[in-house]
Amino acid sequence: MPSLPLLLSQVFNGLAYGSVLALIAAGLTVIYGTLGVINFAHGALFLVGAYVGSTVFAATDSFVLAIAAGALFTVVVGVVFERLIVRRFYNRPAEDQILVTFGAAIVIAELIRAIYGGIAKSVPTPPWGQGVVSIGSLIYPLYRVEALGVAVAALAILYFVLYHTRLGLVVRAGIEDSLMVNLLGINVQRAFLAVFGVGAMAAGFAGVVDSPILSLDPDMGMRILIDSFVVVVIGGIGSFPGAVLGGLITGVILSVTSVFDPQFSQVVLFAVMALVLLLRPRGLMGVEGRA
Amino acid sequence: MSRLAAEVVKEQRSSSRLGRGRVGALPYLPEILVAIGLAIAPVVLPMVGAGPDLLGRVLIWGLFGLGFDLLFGYTGLLSFGQAAFFGTGGIVAAWLLTAGGFLSILPALLVGTAVAGVLGVVIGYVALRSSGIYFAMSTLAFGEMIFFLENGPLRDWTGGENGIAGVPMPMVSFGFVSFDVTHGWPMYAMLAAFFFIGFVIARRIVRSPFGAVLVAIRGNPTRAAALGHHIQHYKLAVFVIAALYAGLAGGLLGLLQNYMPPDAFTIDTSAQLLIQTVIGGVGTLFGPLIGAGVWLWLFDVLQQVPMVADYWKLILGLIFVILVVVLPRGICGGLAALWRRRVSLTLDSTTSRAAGQSAAATPLTIVPFVAKSGVPALEARGLTKRYGGLTAVDGINFTVAEGELRGLIGPNGAGKSTFFKMLAGEIPSTAGEVYLRGERVTKLGATTLCQRGLSKSYQVNQLFDTLTVRQNLMMPVLARSRGRFRLDFLRGLRSVRGADAQIEAAMALVELTHRADTPVNELAYGEKRRLEIGLALATGANILLLDEPLAGMSPEERAHTVALLKNIHKGGRTMVIVEHDMDAMFELAQNITVLSEGRKLVVGTPEEIQCDPAVQKAYLGDPEEQ
Repeated sequence: MPSLPLLLSQVFNGLAYGSVLALIAAGLTVIYGTLGVINFAHGALFLVGAYVGSTVFAATDSFVLAIAAGALFTVVVGVVFERLIVRRFYNRPAEDQILVTFGAAIVIAELIRAIYGGIAKSVPTPPWGQGVVSIGSLIYPLYRVEALGVAVAALAILYFVLYHTRLGLVVRAGIEDSLMVNLLGINVQRAFLAVFGVGAMAAGFAGVVDSPILSLDPDMGMRILIDSFVVVVIGGIGSFPGAVLGGLITGVILSVTSVFDPQFSQVVLFAVMALVLLLRPRGLMGVEGRA
Repeated sequence: MSRLAAEVVKEQRSSSRLGRGRVGALPYLPEILVAIGLAIAPVVLPMVGAGPDLLGRVLIWGLFGLGFDLLFGYTGLLSFGQAAFFGTGGIVAAWLLTAGGFLSILPALLVGTAVAGVLGVVIGYVALRSSGIYFAMSTLAFGEMIFFLENGPLRDWTGGENGIAGVPMPMVSFGFVSFDVTHGWPMYAMLAAFFFIGFVIARRIVRSPFGAVLVAIRGNPTRAAALGHHIQHYKLAVFVIAALYAGLAGGLLGLLQNYMPPDAFTIDTSAQLLIQTVIGGVGTLFGPLIGAGVWLWLFDVLQQVPMVADYWKLILGLIFVILVVVLPRGICGGLAALWRRRVSLTLDSTTSRAAGQSAAATPLTIVPFVAKSGVPALEARGLTKRYGGLTAVDGINFTVAEGELRGLIGPNGAGKSTFFKMLAGEIPSTAGEVYLRGERVTKLGATTLCQRGLSKSYQVNQLFDTLTVRQNLMMPVLARSRGRFRLDFLRGLRSVRGADAQIEAAMALVELTHRADTPVNELAYGEKRRLEIGLALATGANILLLDEPLAGMSPEERAHTVALLKNIHKGGRTMVIVEHDMDAMFELAQNITVLSEGRKLVVGTPEEIQCDPAVQKAYLGDPEEQ
């Protein structure tokens, strides 16, 4: 049996990864809830954020600038993607939406590979994130604490934007009945574009924040996409609180099980997902009739 | 309707998977074409640089894709986890032929395929609890789960990231003579034989009654279930069939390469299968093979171009995205559309064989039932439905006598439709019970109730939009003659005894015989409404619940349909009709129940209802209050 401090620190690790996952999954779930499109390119947007951020960080030595650049660039990619492709698919069957976003994910990952090469690269921790913090008997890398704080703050802002602003009101009304909102003279298309941009930004932002913790390679987008799918299946798709809860559960499961046997951590995660599917097919916080 | 369901409906409008053409003239044309193609490929294709090894891989991916096409193309279930079955079938067969000590390939392939099938049962059971995008996401996750199992805990057997090397050369034995299948064209011949058998079986599946139900599920799963098909069983069955195809293909991959690669388990494998199938064309059975040919050949070609070799996946990815945008039905689908005829599923084995005149002779069968004296045909006791704080239906007691035609009226929001849905088992009740001829049926669900002889038609048409009238009516008839579920996937549609006569009889009853081979989306509105009733009738129901059968009809259509409803009732069916059209209601119904604000207001004959002050108050408001 591993020691208690080790377990605790792994729980903390899990929360750190889980909050980043929650941020990604929140973008995924908001886009789905609003536009009815499940974006298989969401992991690729995370990838774009991470790589662009790493380039800017290397060039400017400013991690804050890197975060801003990564997030903004991802917004641009997301908006272009929506205008160019996704928009044509709102009225196409769900399978076609999955196929085209999945295809886009491959193209984006391969573009990254073509530009940066396929070899994994690591991003240094910013100077203000180096060192450790000790909480009681626990010693913990400072940057992870900061990443957790940043991710939680970003989630809070995202929540505020979606639930306490006019844009959020339009978006949520649009989810219920986009035709009616249109008839009321509000441009839903523009609101939907904004949602896609915000969702993309969440993914890109998470990519930069997470880059000093993970090592970057072009296939990481697909891995993070799968993890965030598990998050939304557990949490319930279309539900913002579900994404947060699912993210934290997923992060903790992955890191705590790896103390016992890392071979099993992914397997246990998928087993938990299967259990949720069996007991609550719409996820823990899923709404009946939404999906 | 949920957004996803709406998408599915749109999808069926945009594409027809069912042959309505003249394929019946040459029923085995696809099989013949495939046989010819397989025979001449070794002569023709080497000219474009496709050797036996490439063609062998194309055949394996094509075989893998046959199962996937049944799952995705025909049933509409988009799985991202097929690699799990491909890898499992392959690794089991490879292990048996190496460490396992199996000497002969066939038993090893069989065991590998069977293990993949068992895994299909397990994963399918869980993943099919959800549908649509949830299904796509969870199959992706389960595929990864198997990958991690293979690479971690089970690595002692599977070789982890090394895979299993040294899979022996296959040996084919015919008892008295046996020979090694060497690489090159002999291997191609063996794989071609496997593919051909797989293709013939897949064709039989899509032409069977089982295959027809799959198409119904793709078109409108809710209605397919309401017509008496246990769609969960059908979905699981086709999921397992796809897993079996994948397992066999995986086993053959090990033989072709003398090595079972672990990357068979990766998400890339599932993705490649999906992409190839889409490029080739879904719902065609040819699609996966053509798609694999294009993909693998392009890959080989690009590898030989120095500047481009590193970017092969980028190029193929771009091609894929462009194809999805401009040619959503893939190569085969596009060609088929060009030729205005589908090479795919043909349900038309019944077409125009039993034309009009003979049909009218056979009346539409009604599910036999035992009428018990004193026991009502249908009864609800205290039936209640609450949505959160809102009580939509509040403790309704309701009794319909055998053979009665009962009307159900009430102002908007009275709870008529909700009450109806509970009677038909479509939604669970919060409290109260439903009895069918004295037997409690509250929690049985729409599928079982339909099999017991109760069927409902819908206020909003729930038809199979891309299918013809005849094919639509075949769905309830199949449910009646075959029961909730039957694995008759190798039988022909003709084997369903009496189906033609029943379809003809139902068509005659709703007066659509002259439109038999017209696709639903080309029918006039009134005709669609009649077909909607016809679907409920063709289940053989002895109790019919009709939800606003006259909604939106022109005066002529309305008069026509009222006469039609009288005619249906004469056949000895018990009927309950929800309708806003009072004149029609007073003309048709023997008794009328009035609902208001979720409660039962009054029951009586049409004359009594017309004079009832409470009813007038419910509809017109209370004059004294104003």
